[in-house]
Amino acid sequence: MGLLKSYRLRMERKRWRVRAIRKRRQLTSVKNRTSQIAKSDIIVFCTLRNEVVRLPFFLKYYRELGVDHFVFVDNGSDDGTTDYLSAQPDVSVFGTNHSYKRSRFGVDWINWLLRKYGHGHWSLVLDVDEFLVYPFCDTRPIRALTDWLDASSVKSFGTMLLDMYPKGPIDSVKYEAGRDPFEHVHWFDSGNYTIQKNERYGNLWIQGGPRARAFFADKPERAPALNKVPLVRWDRSYAYVSSSHMLLPRGLNLVYDEWGGEKTSGCLLHAKFLDTFTSKSAEELKRKEHFANSHEYKAYHSGLSDDPDLWCKWSEKYINWRQLEILGLMSKGNWA
Amino acid sequence: MTVGFVMLVHDALDRAAQVARHWSEHGKPIVIHVDKRVDGPTFEYFKGKLADLENVRFSDRHACEWGNWSIVAATQSACELMLDTFAEVRHVYLSSGSCMPLRPVEEIQTYLDERPRTDFIESVTTDEVDWTVGGLDQERFTLRFPFSWKRQRRLFDRYVDLQRRLKMTRRIPDGLTPHLGSQWWCLTRQTLSAILQDPRREEFDRYFKRVWIPDESYFQSLARLYSTQIESRSLTLSKFDFQGKPHVFYDDHLQLLRRSDCFVARKIWPQAERLYREFLVPASRALVMAEPNPLKIDRLFSRATERRTRGRAGLYMQGRFPNEGWENGKTSGRYTVFEGFTDLFEDFEAWIARRTGNRVHGNLFAKDRVHFAGGDAVYNGALSDSAPLREYNPRAFLTNLVWNTRGEHQCFQFGPADDQKISEFLATDGNAQISVISGAWAIPLFHSNQNFSELRKEAAHLQRVETAHLDLLRMGKTKARVRIWSLAEFIENPMENLQTILDEIGGIGQRRLSEVPVMADLSGFGQFLQNLKNQGMSPHLMGDFPLIQDSAEKPQGGRPYLVK
Repeated sequence: MGLLKSYRLRMERKRWRVRAIRKRRQLTSVKNRTSQIAKSDIIVFCTLRNEVVRLPFFLKYYRELGVDHFVFVDNGSDDGTTDYLSAQPDVSVFGTNHSYKRSRFGVDWINWLLRKYGHGHWSLVLDVDEFLVYPFCDTRPIRALTDWLDASSVKSFGTMLLDMYPKGPIDSVKYEAGRDPFEHVHWFDSGNYTIQKNERYGNLWIQGGPRARAFFADKPERAPALNKVPLVRWDRSYAYVSSSHMLLPRGLNLVYDEWGGEKTSGCLLHAKFLDTFTSKSAEELKRKEHFANSHEYKAYHSGLSDDPDLWCKWSEKYINWRQLEILGLMSKGNWA
Repeated sequence: MTVGFVMLVHDALDRAAQVARHWSEHGKPIVIHVDKRVDGPTFEYFKGKLADLENVRFSDRHACEWGNWSIVAATQSACELMLDTFAEVRHVYLSSGSCMPLRPVEEIQTYLDERPRTDFIESVTTDEVDWTVGGLDQERFTLRFPFSWKRQRRLFDRYVDLQRRLKMTRRIPDGLTPHLGSQWWCLTRQTLSAILQDPRREEFDRYFKRVWIPDESYFQSLARLYSTQIESRSLTLSKFDFQGKPHVFYDDHLQLLRRSDCFVARKIWPQAERLYREFLVPASRALVMAEPNPLKIDRLFSRATERRTRGRAGLYMQGRFPNEGWENGKTSGRYTVFEGFTDLFEDFEAWIARRTGNRVHGNLFAKDRVHFAGGDAVYNGALSDSAPLREYNPRAFLTNLVWNTRGEHQCFQFGPADDQKISEFLATDGNAQISVISGAWAIPLFHSNQNFSELRKEAAHLQRVETAHLDLLRMGKTKARVRIWSLAEFIENPMENLQTILDEIGGIGQRRLSEVPVMADLSGFGQFLQNLKNQGMSPHLMGDFPLIQDSAEKPQGGRPYLVK
């Protein structure tokens, strides 16, 4: 990488950091328990809006993995999310009614909170419908992974977002708070992902899956990005560039091996397609607060009214991480 | 006579204390070295936890840093204390705070009692070692290493470079042959005291102070001078990955560790509750006199290294995206590409599927859609038949298809009317078997009912595309196995040509061919080509086609050919 390019990226990173610092004024502390955070705690950072139904299972899932603290940005919920979160003993809540879109889809807020509370911690940046699966996650807590990454001098952990869907119409089974969404929404596409390298940031750009197949078959370049780097040993000089898809400095995006080997990697099971999705996508369409003028939601909306079933006969039913590893959707790398 | 444990401890003190207590309560003397970098209160707390145990001592503390002398110094002083304090000790077992006994202490004791003169220390000469990381093996002993590898990497590397360039070497002390091996050993009092009380110790120490990673060579080399009986292996199960970092054991390794019959394992993840609970119990079983057998664990870890360094061929995912040329197989298995065959033969796909038992697709790269076998709209792995999706990344489409159908052999048709972006990939993929009948695309044109001017334009276009494609297949970096026939060549002996292809594919059709599929009617085709020529187009890919088919001698398509 040339000096000039390196300088430019450095400036860009600085710009994102300054932007995050500026946007901190949009956040008000609703319930700040960050003083509880201990030196080696693992912290989840998450922006959400009206997700009270999903939260109980989300918190349960990550507590069981061994996450110690949660930091939420509540973007104007009015369904009781705020109260629910404030009542949790290991949760800090920051509220804002400012534009999600103008905070670059929450990235600026999260960058600020990471800078303030994530420094020196293993930090997990997630959406409330994303569930991390990593090698041995059924027998080893997440700290086993982060300890191992520390010992290997690895600072970031790469994943792919794996869209999960039900068999039959999306709204056929009602999701109830606290239930495991993958009881019904447990089908996925196993082998239709495409990868390109983003030369600017060095990250992989992964697309595909049921969304590309069902909603973007005519305009695949618009299919959503599935590459994510959600788990990072944070340093205040880092910054996410776009959602948790990529970050700076660009070395953190190098979660893949370029010389034929496999680096240890995981999946984020994406429980997007619950029955709440239809109403949510209608609402998001109205709010126009999403990426690329909510193009994605438009596609879902029209796609789902035509044929609401993402399932096909080649859909794979989720069993466990070992299955994903055999299918080549994640890798143990040299963690044994 | 007993075995005494020397423990080098620097973190996870609670676990270290637990293990120390376990050994101590089984009557084994222990000397613990705690890294000086552990702060005072923590050390006192740790000491307090073991205060009630009479056979535990703490040796002088050194600040230990990986890769340099301090670890040896710490070991020396702890061993001296052990030999001086506990006269009944016959074997000294060097362990760390993250070691854990896998078998009852009595079994280790019995094992050592049966071998009272044996030193268990992995000790191999540098020529035989292939596990050194960083390319330093012999040079560990002939260069000087005053800088820290972890903290002063740049200085470390530069100084190594400088010494290499100036051809600086150090003299190895007389009589000493450098040996390397695991840091975790078990030596007899005789050997250990001979090393520690050697009149030349000062000389050796001075030398090893500037050797890199002396903890893997100091005792390993010196034991060779005094030991009467060396078993060159470690009693501690300790595996290193390709970066030279020890593998860690977790709760889910429980059965594997049990069955390994090793005495001590390292490293154990400090929070592996279940392992500590299961192994640190008073002996609850009858003594077993098995030899340690870490084969299964070895295999597990070598597979992990293999996965990390070579990966699974043909796989592209978030953790593996090899640079050009480093794929170690661009696709995960063999596949066959047929070009021109469906034009020449009727119902070729069904025929080849029948003959080989393979999955035979139509034109996967057709412009309208992906023609999967059976006309499916979605295929294995939920691959879509949408042409735009495929064209968005044709490479990924093909590698996905081959990956998704691992264990099967895919065949598909390709031709100049298809999207050509995949062309170069096909040519450079060693797994591709490509058979081309060049110019066969003219046959459907010949049979079609189009205006001749359109036909000519179309023919010119297809010929241009196929020529470019053939150029790719013939270029120097082509790795695919390519067979190209012109149409004229091919129909001279279709059966033999098909047989060659079938032999290459393998599969169930191993018998000699006795029939070829029904061939398209070619009577008048020579004239058709002549007409194209007359119109100013030059069809050359078909080879030399006679103007008038000699229909009397040559059998017409459809009639079975005889077996040779």
